[in-house]
Amino acid sequence: MIAPIVEAHAVHKYFGTHHVLKGIDLAVAERELVFVIGPSGSGKSTLLRCLNRLEEPSSGSIMVDGIDLLDRRTDINHARQRIGMVFQSFNLYPHMTALGNVTLALRKVAGKRRAEADAIAQAALARVGLADRAGHYPNQLSGGQQQRVAIARAIALEPRVMLFDEPTSALDPELVGGVLAVMRELRESGMTMVVVSHEMGFARAAADRVLFMDAGLVVEQGPPEQIFAAPREERTRAFIGQIQRH
Amino acid sequence: MSGWDRFADTFLNTAVMAKYLPAIIDGFFLTVGLAALVVVTGIAAGLVLALLRSLGVRPLNWLIIFVVDLFRALPPLVVIVLLYFGLPSAGFSPDAFSTTWASLSLVLMAFAEEIFWAGITAVPRGQWEASRSTGLTFWQTLSSVVLPQAIRLTIPPLTNRTIAITKGTALGSVIGLSEILSQASSAMSLSFNPSPLMLGAAAYLVLFLPVVVLGRWIETKFAWQR
Repeated sequence: MIAPIVEAHAVHKYFGTHHVLKGIDLAVAERELVFVIGPSGSGKSTLLRCLNRLEEPSSGSIMVDGIDLLDRRTDINHARQRIGMVFQSFNLYPHMTALGNVTLALRKVAGKRRAEADAIAQAALARVGLADRAGHYPNQLSGGQQQRVAIARAIALEPRVMLFDEPTSALDPELVGGVLAVMRELRESGMTMVVVSHEMGFARAAADRVLFMDAGLVVEQGPPEQIFAAPREERTRAFIGQIQRH
Repeated sequence: MSGWDRFADTFLNTAVMAKYLPAIIDGFFLTVGLAALVVVTGIAAGLVLALLRSLGVRPLNWLIIFVVDLFRALPPLVVIVLLYFGLPSAGFSPDAFSTTWASLSLVLMAFAEEIFWAGITAVPRGQWEASRSTGLTFWQTLSSVVLPQAIRLTIPPLTNRTIAITKGTALGSVIGLSEILSQASSAMSLSFNPSPLMLGAAAYLVLFLPVVVLGRWIETKFAWQR
């Protein structure tokens, strides 16, 4: 078997005395889509943010695409180009157009010239269905469009893995579909993805594996059919029951 | 002599005004130069301090906060007098122009630092995270993502503060700097007539009214885009 793209081992995270991650092991294979679910405060977002070192784990090891993220000698800015991240609140740069948002890292980090960066960014925007919005500022775009620009910003750097932190939670219901469609297309193109989200329909249709986290631990994991229809753990069952009630 | 004639003779005496106009004009240009220098050095130094503070080095930040609070608390006149009469005992005797320039720059630096710092901290954390997650360094994020947004927020308060502090150039008259006010009041003593003061006031209006109007224009321009 090929080595996994993401390999986290015994990851602990404390915020002060608060023990948020209590020894997480996670391996994500190439082209795999892993879904992470769990109640708020279970540590799922913290885990995701450890995977590109936006949060510094207190202990453990994290390898992404063969790079030891926690090694002091690792150039984290170089490593982060290979790890795309999409946030709940989009976090587009309000003073730049959609194109400017996508080209910034291409030019500053990947060292592309303006013309080349523009071409790559245009292609990325076309891929998320926003080729005609390149000159728009974030406040001229809907939430769903903003999130798709944010996805374009990440994929333009050709990451090896994409992390999604509740990408549809801040969206009006009618805008969710467009973002999920882009994520589905990414998945079909073979992108490795780790998704923290409660979009159960999407998880059922697209996920290879679902992780259920509670209180800083992975309680249960398995294919979506198992987790959603026949969970083995009592806590998983209770959680699935709660979210399916509405 | 009617009441109006007496008033005009006292405050708008054309003969006196004509005589001292060249001195007021000299003061005018000196004030313009001084004000421009203070704006440049004060704002630049304030920005540098705010950038250093964003590094989050604790002892350095304590020092910055101490210096900033000190110069925000001291009246500018006290700073001027302290430097002008205090520094010679340290074996260093700056002239009136340098002293006023340095003093007002320090005061503007202190206020500008606070304003820039408020602007930097007002930029949401998510902006830092989005930028860093694509591989930009701390400084690249600060210069390309955070500062452009922070500076837009700081323009209105910074414009106000800059105008207030550059008007402090008049305080240089206390240590004999021959700026507008000083020229006007010595002309008044020599001519036993307050008309030069009116000239001085007019010179201040010519200098600062455009600045105030420009400030208002900048404020509305930047308030609209958001």
